Amino acid sequence: MQYEITLAVFMGINIIFAQSLNMITGFCGQISLGHAAFYGTGAYCSALMAKAGVPIPVCILAAMAAAGLFGLIVGFASLRVRHDFLAITTMGVGFLFIGIVRQQDFLGGEMGVFGIPGIVDDKFQFMVVVLVLAALVIALAVYLKHSWLGFAFDAIAQDEDTARTVGIGVARYKLTAFVIGTALAGLAGALYAHHVKFIGIDSFGFVESVTVLSMVIVGGIGSIWGVTITAAVLSVLPLWLQFVSDYKLLLYGLLLFVVMRFSPDGLDGLLRWILRRLIGGIGRRVMADKA
Amino acid sequence: MTAMPLLEARQVSVHFGGVAALDRVTLAVQPGELIGLIGPNGAGKTTLLRTITGVVKPEVGSIHLDGEDITKFAVHARVRRGLGLSHQIVRPFRGMSSVENVMIAAGSRHTRHPLVALCRWSRRAERQAAMALLDMVGIADSADAEVGSLPLGVLKRLEMARALALQPKVLMLDEPLAGLNHVEAAALADAIVELNANGQTVILIEHNLSEVIRICSHLVVLDNGRNLAEGPPDTVMADPAVRAAYVGEAAA
Repeated sequence: MQYEITLAVFMGINIIFAQSLNMITGFCGQISLGHAAFYGTGAYCSALMAKAGVPIPVCILAAMAAAGLFGLIVGFASLRVRHDFLAITTMGVGFLFIGIVRQQDFLGGEMGVFGIPGIVDDKFQFMVVVLVLAALVIALAVYLKHSWLGFAFDAIAQDEDTARTVGIGVARYKLTAFVIGTALAGLAGALYAHHVKFIGIDSFGFVESVTVLSMVIVGGIGSIWGVTITAAVLSVLPLWLQFVSDYKLLLYGLLLFVVMRFSPDGLDGLLRWILRRLIGGIGRRVMADKA
Repeated sequence: MTAMPLLEARQVSVHFGGVAALDRVTLAVQPGELIGLIGPNGAGKTTLLRTITGVVKPEVGSIHLDGEDITKFAVHARVRRGLGLSHQIVRPFRGMSSVENVMIAAGSRHTRHPLVALCRWSRRAERQAAMALLDMVGIADSADAEVGSLPLGVLKRLEMARALALQPKVLMLDEPLAGLNHVEAAALADAIVELNANGQTVILIEHNLSEVIRICSHLVVLDNGRNLAEGPPDTVMADPAVRAAYVGEAAA
């Protein structure tokens, strides 16, 4: 049972983390290859504050605020650069984060931070907390996507210049996407820190950024259910199968390649295609029966 | 004494590299006018329009809308103050349906700030408004079609409907008739006249001279980035300088 609980907790954390990137990359069309930096910001912030004796709910809120503030600053970079250049810029931010944390003794340096207090003593209760938060984040994503904010994000993702000609202040919207997305990444990071009780800089590197991006791309960029399912499956696969754990990067790379080549809209696009074929097939059969 | 213009470009100059695209060009649009902005290729018509919308920044000169100097404003801020634009080369949101393309413009009051947009959910009123506009430009049949699959004639009208959805003080149409056949062009021109009759101020850039002369009350002619002539269509088209610009110096 303990093992299943751990799996469920990892699933919940990764769903929050993947949805947070989905809001930036999926909804608003701004690619990020350094999202783990915000996850790490949340983790370090909450861990250090909790060790200093601050009540944990306050730590988590502060983690979200810190990650969101960091996201706002990186968001300003996104106003200057687009597409591939933004990918490189955000990748640089990720490396910068690692480089700085490594050198800071108060952040544990290479050794990491030990003895982080848990949120609740009971593991089952903690799992419930994480899953409820994941459900809330999914609900928030659904709300955002269908609000006028989501509509404007969609317009910006498709064509920034045209979005301006319908009166959308593109800069403010991009910053909003970055702040919401990175704050939620901070939440995921804080939950991670309180779950594993030990954090090291290796957990927030480039591999993590690519992993979370592949969850979004394989699920279908912008698709809430697709990203949720992919995040859940891809987060537990390495825990289930030693083979996957050993070849994680290879597998994710292969997955990214296959998806980009054969179903660029990810799981979501694949299912839509199958549904269309099915409905088309049924339609043809009905027509044939009538004839 | 004439009334204050609704839209005014004062002594606007723009250079691309060493070439003067606009050289102290002036344009004044009175409320309710339907102005035809014409001139040979490379005269600077589209550059003037892009300067008015804010895509191109003038080195000298200023742009005024409804008495306010908007020269330093960003594109979206100008749109919010009442400029509606349809592009020469169509730029629809390709992942949206036709009606959604118009809805996003019709809901511009919801998108004025991200926090406002976050709190607004219903799209029903905007869908109705968008459907009415699509109907007006004659493409209501394509409302739910993905725009990627639509022909140019439909997309041109979609651009116009989207610009109108902003309820602009001044509607700027950059070659709305280009690429349309004779019947389609005449129908869309009639739609523009009807809009104008209902009080919409319009600036029309168009190469289809016969339609421009037919529907516009006032023409402004640019040539080589300069104001060449201005006035009622008959007078302007009779001007030897205008004829020379169009058919070449030799014919003058």
